[in-house]
Amino acid sequence: MAEKEMQKREASSPVETERTKNMKVFIPRVDICETKDAIVLLADMPGVDEKSIDITLEKNVLTLSGRVEPDTHEGYRSAYVEYEAGDYERAFTLSDEIDRDRIEASVKNGVLKLTLPKAEPVKLRKINVKSA
Amino acid sequence: MVWPEFGRYGRVWSPWREMERLQQDMNRLLSRESTPYSTTFPAVNIWASDQDVIVTAEVPGVDPENLDITVAENVLKLTGSRKPEELKPGEVSHRRERVSGEFARTFRLPYAVDSGKVYASCEKGILKVRLPRAEADKPKKIAIKSQK
Repeated sequence: MAEKEMQKREASSPVETERTKNMKVFIPRVDICETKDAIVLLADMPGVDEKSIDITLEKNVLTLSGRVEPDTHEGYRSAYVEYEAGDYERAFTLSDEIDRDRIEASVKNGVLKLTLPKAEPVKLRKINVKSA
Repeated sequence: MVWPEFGRYGRVWSPWREMERLQQDMNRLLSRESTPYSTTFPAVNIWASDQDVIVTAEVPGVDPENLDITVAENVLKLTGSRKPEELKPGEVSHRRERVSGEFARTFRLPYAVDSGKVYASCEKGILKVRLPRAEADKPKKIAIKSQK
């Protein structure tokens, strides 16, 4: 496993808008692969479940955002820190036409799986020309 | 004049001292760049109280069945694997940022723990292990009897 690759990347600027909650935002690591009839996206979002995730597709911009509850332990002192809890946000521009009605999303063990089926190509319609 | 700076700081200008200064500056610059976080998978946080230790780790996509936790005295070992996503013929990968493979991490806890009472749970890709402090290791309060 390559080093440096492992860290959670912090968003350089959480887009133009500012958040009301004072929490860090991380860019989830993703795998995206294209099959014959769909685009499949996997995103590592530890701490996120199906209730705390929002996926929007506006025009051809797909936005993933996940809220993470901060992990607090009352009465404990922090002995060693390698990661911080924070929300996740990432957006992608999709090139293919996506069939919006058939998008499927599931979360398992902190990994979001998103299946974006490609839209059927528009069927050709033949127009009959009547003789006048 | 070739050496106008001569003796400005009360000492003779020396190229070696300049080099040393440059080296110090570089070290300072580099140490600022490096993050305090470990770059290994999975990332782990440890909390401690006088009674027990809580270890949490971000293990997204790791099946709890593929995760092994072993404890001996005050050493905790996490081993496991994350299965890579196999591409079927005809599939094209656009991005591959998630890491996969085997991992093993070992931690020294602040004190010896009772390995029989370790409780571990894995939810939403976050592993949480609670390790109670061994009875023999707990600090004992010694009552002082007053002489009558």
